[in-house]
Amino acid sequence: MKLSQLEVGETGIVKEFTDLEMSVKLMEMGCLPGEEIRISRIAPLGDPIAIHVSGYQLSLRKFEASTIILQ
Amino acid sequence: MKADIRVALVGNPNTGKSTLFNILTGLNQKIGNFPGITVDKKTGFCQLPDGRMAEIIDLPGTYSIYPKSKDESIVFSVLADKAKGLIPDLIVVILDASNLKRNLLLYTQIADLKIPVVVALNMIDVSDKAGITIDIDLFAKKLGVPVVPISARKIKGIDQLKSTIAYANKVALQQDTIDVEAIAPQIIGQIKNDLKIDNPYFALQLAHQHETVSYLSTTESDHIEQLEQEFSFHSQKAQAAETIARYNFINDLLYDTVKKPETAHDESISNRIDKILTHKVFGFVIFFAILMFIFQAIFSWSAYPMTLIEDLFIWLQSVISKTLPPGPLVNLLVDGVLAGLSGVMVFIPQIAILFALISILEDTGYMSRVTFMMDKVMRKVGLNGKSVVPLIGGFACAVPSIMSTRNIENWKDRMITIMVTPLVACSARLPVYTLLIALVVPNRNVWWLFNLQGLALTAMYLLSIVSAITVAFVMKFILKARERGYFIMELPVYRMPRWKNVGFTMYDRSKTFVLQAGKVIIAVSIILWVLKSYGPGNTFARIDQKYSQSQYTKTMTPDSLNKVVASEKLETSYAGVFGHVIEPVIKPLGFDWKIGIALISSFAAREVFVGTMATIYSVEGDADKLESVQQKMHSATNPNTGQPVFTLAVAFSLMMFYAFAMQCASTVAVVYRETKNWRWPAAQFAYMTVLAYTASFIVYTLLK
Repeated sequence: MKLSQLEVGETGIVKEFTDLEMSVKLMEMGCLPGEEIRISRIAPLGDPIAIHVSGYQLSLRKFEASTIILQ
Repeated sequence: MKADIRVALVGNPNTGKSTLFNILTGLNQKIGNFPGITVDKKTGFCQLPDGRMAEIIDLPGTYSIYPKSKDESIVFSVLADKAKGLIPDLIVVILDASNLKRNLLLYTQIADLKIPVVVALNMIDVSDKAGITIDIDLFAKKLGVPVVPISARKIKGIDQLKSTIAYANKVALQQDTIDVEAIAPQIIGQIKNDLKIDNPYFALQLAHQHETVSYLSTTESDHIEQLEQEFSFHSQKAQAAETIARYNFINDLLYDTVKKPETAHDESISNRIDKILTHKVFGFVIFFAILMFIFQAIFSWSAYPMTLIEDLFIWLQSVISKTLPPGPLVNLLVDGVLAGLSGVMVFIPQIAILFALISILEDTGYMSRVTFMMDKVMRKVGLNGKSVVPLIGGFACAVPSIMSTRNIENWKDRMITIMVTPLVACSARLPVYTLLIALVVPNRNVWWLFNLQGLALTAMYLLSIVSAITVAFVMKFILKARERGYFIMELPVYRMPRWKNVGFTMYDRSKTFVLQAGKVIIAVSIILWVLKSYGPGNTFARIDQKYSQSQYTKTMTPDSLNKVVASEKLETSYAGVFGHVIEPVIKPLGFDWKIGIALISSFAAREVFVGTMATIYSVEGDADKLESVQQKMHSATNPNTGQPVFTLAVAFSLMMFYAFAMQCASTVAVVYRETKNWRWPAAQFAYMTVLAYTASFIVYTLLK
């Protein structure tokens, strides 16, 4: 399952990434394999989304979220 | 000032780094350039408790030593640059105590470079309040560096931080964080050996960043490139492995030293605010209300100080022309330099207000929510969520708005924003529009409610937004992206604005504006003054001679005689000659040589139009007397045809020209300053002139 498929309020645990370049940026920001992610909210126009990870809030585009595979 | 010790501040964005920098250095700071790198360098001085003077360098906020934007690439360049002596004696790493995990990634990278480090644990009050307990002694022991808990916002722990800086060790004593050599043992070993480097992490960074680090020679860089091939070193894979290893270290460290409640207090409040501010309906309503407020504030709050500044200059000009003996030098001083200066200074209130409001929006964390809400729309037209703010600010003045595009990390998005911002109808166009609309659009209502003149003005504002968005959309296909676009952005917790920072930003930006744009404006206005005040050969003398004959002095009052002399001198001055030269070019747009002079002088600043019109149509008094300028322009007729000059077609053609043309020396200067390359302002000037000419031509041809 991809992170982009979660609904607001749902949580998932990061398993792996489908895009190496993106994964490097995401991991720097604390989205690491094994880390729990909760969808905080979706922007009014449907994109981007805001997630809660590693103790803070991060926003990313839906496409970027779709490169994160959950367990 | 001579510094005894050089200290670099390093930290994530939103950790209070600039607040700490302001506290440490006070107003004693300056912005310069890093040698060879086109990013601003903020430095300041701080007196240490042992009497020594520390030079503090504020490095751009970054989440990692691997750069994502041009600003961020400075961090490693400075920390690595042994050759130019940029390398600091000590690094202060600022960590947000309420969000240690992500903050520690940068610390572990910096620490492994083995430059002496001190940790400033900022926002300790916030983390205390949130119920986070940090065993600071154990934390410091595990890292092997001094850790000072501070609250930059509440100015707590600063003295202790200063003395820790003063008595810090001159050698790096920090513990290793990860086994760096395990990431890429062969290439690290080879670089260490070939380039005589003893630090393995430094060697690894050179493998990653050798293309951007300025201190390596081309041969050295090529050699590293070769080694990468030889050992099949993959930069991103190595970086991924490193990041995972670092977070393992961080998780272990935090497990032992930090106890945290389930949900942080601050964040749940922030969440509730977000539910309203990013709501599907209220989110946009509130955003547009805030925009309206900013727009209103820029106009209404600045009106009084702007008049004050103008009056001050008028007073200064009259004092000088009264006390000093008359002559060309005094003329140059009064009509050239002072007039130019007042043109610069008069914008200070608008710039200060715009920047104060923008820095409040940024400081509170609201700006990142605007970006979050608008990104989807803006992306469609080649912009970025972060472009919203400069575009809105463009209604006031393009100059501060272009300065505020620095927040946009993506190079292409930032360039497009800079290129289209001057199309937004700025406040300098307002006097031009109101004068011309009042001249040709009847002042009556349609459908009871709408005033025709008001509708015309609204249309000009709408046109500006539509044209900015259209040009952005076109540029999206012209400009090549230098890097892949990301929108991985922190949404910081909402906080109260730090009023001191707001003040600093106002001061800083206004100062930059006056110094940078001021030079150009003054130069241009001096040139214009010369062109207007002198004519080729002895033409001026002949005019004076002609009108001193008794047939004129007897039949005309001295006042009207002066007016006639002034307007005839203008026609024969260099500016007038120039107006006649360009007349064939602007004739298809419906403009004569007099409008030509106004157009040319408006290239210094648009609002010059009204003043030039006043001079050309020899109206006495000041340019603020719109009524009288309007009357004169209204009765102006073409000597050949006897028809009025300012028809509907001419007036709208003129407005189109002012809507699209880059008639602002300050904007050209600031675009150069921000892009550090003359090609950008030149391209902008060219495309805007083409647009202006085409739009004027079409409008004139249609309405004629």
